[in-house]
Order: sequence, then C-alpha cells, then structure tokens
Amino acid sequence: MIPRIYIPADSGALALGAEKVAKAIASELAERGIEAKIVRNGSRGAYFLEPMVEVATANGRVAYGPVKPSDVKSLFESGFLTGGHHKRWLGAPDKIPFLAKQTRLTFARCGVIDPLSLESYKKHGGLNGLTNALGLTPAAIVAQVTESGLRGRGGAGFPTGIKWKTVLDTAGDRKYIVCNADEGDSGTFADRMIMEGDPFVLIEGMTIAGIATGATKGFVYVRSEYPHAVAMMNKAVEVARKAGVLGASVLGSPYAFDMEIRVGAGAYVCGEETALLDSLEGKRGMVRAKPPLPAHKGLFGKPTVINNVISLASVPIIMDKGAAFYKDFGMGRSRGTIPIQIAGNIRYGGLFEAAFGMTLGEIVDDIGGGTATGRPVKAVQVGGPLGAYFPRALFDTPFDYEAFAAKDGLIGHAGIVVFDDTADMLKQARFAMEFCAIESCGKCTPCRIGSTRGVETIDKLAAGIEPEKNLALVADLCNTMKFGSLCALGGFTPYPVMSSITHFPDDFKPAPVRVAAE
Amino acid sequence: MPMQPASTEITSRTTAIIQELKGLEGPLLPILHGIQEEFGHVPQDALPVIAEALNISRAEVHGVVTFYHDYRRHPAGRHVLKLCQAESCQSMGSDAIAAKLKQLLGIGFHETTRDGSVTLEPVYCLGLCACSPAAMLDGEVIGRLDDEKLDEIVAEVRS
Repeated sequence: MIPRIYIPADSGALALGAEKVAKAIASELAERGIEAKIVRNGSRGAYFLEPMVEVATANGRVAYGPVKPSDVKSLFESGFLTGGHHKRWLGAPDKIPFLAKQTRLTFARCGVIDPLSLESYKKHGGLNGLTNALGLTPAAIVAQVTESGLRGRGGAGFPTGIKWKTVLDTAGDRKYIVCNADEGDSGTFADRMIMEGDPFVLIEGMTIAGIATGATKGFVYVRSEYPHAVAMMNKAVEVARKAGVLGASVLGSPYAFDMEIRVGAGAYVCGEETALLDSLEGKRGMVRAKPPLPAHKGLFGKPTVINNVISLASVPIIMDKGAAFYKDFGMGRSRGTIPIQIAGNIRYGGLFEAAFGMTLGEIVDDIGGGTATGRPVKAVQVGGPLGAYFPRALFDTPFDYEAFAAKDGLIGHAGIVVFDDTADMLKQARFAMEFCAIESCGKCTPCRIGSTRGVETIDKLAAGIEPEKNLALVADLCNTMKFGSLCALGGFTPYPVMSSITHFPDDFKPAPVRVAAE
Repeated sequence: MPMQPASTEITSRTTAIIQELKGLEGPLLPILHGIQEEFGHVPQDALPVIAEALNISRAEVHGVVTFYHDYRRHPAGRHVLKLCQAESCQSMGSDAIAAKLKQLLGIGFHETTRDGSVTLEPVYCLGLCACSPAAMLDGEVIGRLDDEKLDEIVAEVRS
C-alpha cells in the first residue's frame, strides 16, 4: 500500500506554514525515493495544532502537529509514515481532546477527506441526503427540514423550513437558491472551513434546497477575502457537474439544478441578505426594505431562498439521518449542532461543533483554555462586530438563541472573540461605531449618520468632555439606531456599544479618574 | 509611476472582458473583477465602455465602482499588503502591528510607498481568527504575525 499523507490546504493552516511543510515533505520523499500520496485535505479546526499532518496507517490515521518545516527530516527518521513516535506525535486525531469532545454533524468530513474527491465524499456518507430527497415530494423535504428545527446559522435564527415553504408556495417561472458565503464577522471562519474542506456538502445542500422549492439555479456569493474558498468551490462545482450531481438531470432524476460561484468586492454590508441580492444583480450593495420578502421577490425579483453556508451544509445530514436525529441535539428552540468558532486571544482556538446548550464559560475556559497571553479574560464578544461583549459574570449563559437574547446579546454566526484584561472597552465601543460608519450602505439615516455621531460622542467621552451628558447621548443614539435602522448593521451596532457601557462602566469614566484608578 | 495604457487599448481590452462575461446573470461585478485583474485597477476610461455594453448609465457604473472597497481607481504598488484590523486581531495586538508596519514602510493605510513597491490596506477579517493577528500579502495568508514575520514581510516587499 502506498502511504497517504494528509497536509491541510485550509487557509488557516496555510497561514501557519502548511505550504512550506508540504514542500519539505515532498522533497524529503523524493530524496529518500519513497512513493507516497500527498492529500491536501481541509482542516479539522484545531488551529493550535496546525499545520497538523496526518498519515494513514494500518491502525488508522495518526496525527502530528504543529509541524514546522524543520521537523520534517526528524519525522521521517522517526518513521512517521507508519505512525512512529516523535515530539509532534498526537496519536489518533479523533482522540485529541479538542476534537473528541465535539459532535460533528455538519463538519463530519471536514479535514478528513480529500475535498475534491467525490468518491471519498460518498464513502463518508455524502449524497445520501440528496438521494433520499429525490425519493420524496418537495413538500415532504420541506416538512423534514422544518421538523428538524434547523434555524438560520447566519445569525438571524429564522427557521429554514419556513423560509423554504414560502418559496415552494410562491409561484414563479424561475426561482433561485442563494448561498450567503459573505462571512464578514470577525471571529468567524466556519463557512470558509466548509468551502475549503468539504465543498460538496454545500453543493448537496443547495441542490436539495433547489429540489424542495422548485429552484433550478443557485448562486454562492463568497467574499473576496476568501480566495482559496472561491477556488475550491469553483473546482468542486466542476467536479459535481461532470459527475451529474449538478446539471439538467440531478443524479439521473427529472430535476435540474446548476450553480455559479460569485465573488464579493469587500463590502461587509453585503452579508445582509437583501444587500447581497442587490450586489449579485450588479448594483451597489444597498439594503432593501422588507416586505417584499426575498422568498416572494428576491434575486431579479424572483422567489429566492437565501441561506447561510452552514444552514445549507446542515441539510444533507438531516435528509440522511432524519429530522428526529438532528432535532435530538440541542436545547429549547435551538435544535441540532452549532459550529462555535473560538477566536481572538485564546489558547486553544478553533472550530468546535457541539449541540446547543454549552455555557459560555465552558467554551472559553474548558475548551479554549483561557487566553493565549495567559492573562485573565476580561470580555468575550459573541456574534461578530454586531455582537455584545460579555463579562465573566455572564459566563453561565448557555449557547442558545433565546438565552443570549435574554442577556441583550446574540449568538450570530457563533464566533467568539476573547479579550484579556488589557482590553479598553471604550476603544472597542468606539470601533463598533467606526466600523458601522465605514461599512454602512448609507440608505438609512440612523446607521449612516448615527454611526459617525457615535464615534464623535465616544471621542468626547474619552476626552472627558461632559461625560454624564455624552454617555446619556450615546445611549439615546443607540436606541435610535436599534429601532430606526433598516437592517442589522445599524440595528445591532448598539449591542457591542451598550454592552461595553453596561458591563464595563469603569472604562467609560473620565480620563483623570481612570488614571487614578490604575 | 506605472505606465497607464492608452485609452484605445483600455477600450479594446475592456470590450474583450465584457464580451466574455456579458451573458452572466448580473454581470457587472464579474466584469469589474475581470477589469481589475487585467489592469490592476478599474481605469476611468473603462466605465463608459461598460455602461454602453450593459445599457446602463455611466452614473450607475460609477456608483457601483465607488461603493465597493475592492475596486481601485488607481494602480496599486507591486505588492499589496492587507492587514486585518477587526476585533479578533485587535485582541491580539493588531493596533501595535499596524503602527509598526506603518513606521517600517513609511506609509499609512490606503497609501503606496514612494518607490511603488507596496500598498498597505486595512481589511476587516480574513477568517483566520484562530491565528490572529493575520495579514494577506498578494493573496497569500499569514497568521500569528510577530516582529520576526513583519521583518520578513518588509524584506520581501522591498526586494
């Protein structure tokens, strides 16, 4: 048997030097005259161990990491091709605690298989969901997705099945499936990982959505900051077309479905679904007023399903194992699993897929191991730039849409950014306003003007100018933005601002007092 | 300064890109991406050609080009360095990294060095948040930036 070596080509692994490691391994193989197959897999998401190299041995896969190019020679000398011991030896990847504790449903294959091998995809349960869906009526597929309790993983948490039903019930000569892969929230990378590590699961999910709603064309709108994901999706679509998964007859059925990969142009607001649709149409990414809902009048005015990558990528497992299987995970009205992305100043950063219900404290302290700097955790921003900052006092909050809303926060796209005690929360609040000002599409006044006034007012606070009055002004401004903005950009910017003020009041005291306190 | 192609040449190269992509649904962004890839920026002279071909106004094309952060109106340096300035990278000291880079290169954000070697830009998230602070140099990703990696980057763009 020719040895198989897995070296991730995931962006995160590449950012940590995976390409150099791959080159070093290839040249060492050539030098030693060893024949081996190098597979460029995705990442399993344990970024503190990347680049994590795996070898397939008679006793299963053995992992080594984090591997540096300078380790490669000694890895060969230690017999790593047969799982030999080395200082970077990690053993079976499934047994690594960070990975062993997870419930991998959506990410079951990510980092395991060759992302462009349809054969490998099928061997690991791929296309079972689509095959099952082809044996059902569209209404039955929609019912199953609804029954599973799947809610939009982009952040809004709207029930996916209800969205699909609206599109199914709306007459249209042409309907679209649009995948929102404009993953702009800081602290999130789940969409990128799926697109780079298991692109077929997204293609399968979109195809099922097409069959379920009567749509024949799909678009994936990927942000331009993800060039590797764009390249991988384009290759995967090509493979799927050649294999008859996409095309005039999906897997030999009477259904037609095809898709295109489109690239964004660096506008954060295009992650908002209606701005994304305008952008796809070739316009400025301006937010649309709702109604009409995209399900009624979406892309080019046609009925459109617009879902996040993870929502769509979770559909195949639901159609494979059934709604009851998926629904069995989770808590309350948050069913199934959620890929939590642990990021920022964190010791064990990465993607952790788990059933809803873990507490924030368990995620940050037990799984993440506290800060990378070793200093105490001061604040954790959950849900991207529009998410609230949580203090340690709220670490008992369970990861659940409603529980976070009850604490004036949101889980958003499930990114968690950890800050140590050197963080200045006034600076973070200012940044939230500044970011909103940079990225506002400009359509509604509370967002366009409010964000700029917010920066100015917080600057006055920092300078100690009429602090009480200006603090009240910021709160009033946040109230206007929250209730008067057209979309979540202006509407949710108050979350990081107000949570900073509420939970970290000391950081907003006038400068002389702050200096005296230190 | 890099040479600016003559306007007739811009027209013919732009027309070729439009012809290739015109059949797409919603072709404007793909066309603009194609033009930026071809010229390194979106030349002013390309705009009326696009407007004419897609039967939209010049104002609409101008509106789209200026809305998106990615489209450049002027050529960039030989290298483009994007430094992440979003929250995850902030938590790992991206402010200090930015200050140091600006000093090493002698330019601020959205500026190009006098010798045309590098353009420095802020970016709001590269999706490398478990390996912050992060950057992208000419499309290649770099994680866990530190002083040593900064020196390597500066040496590379100056070479």
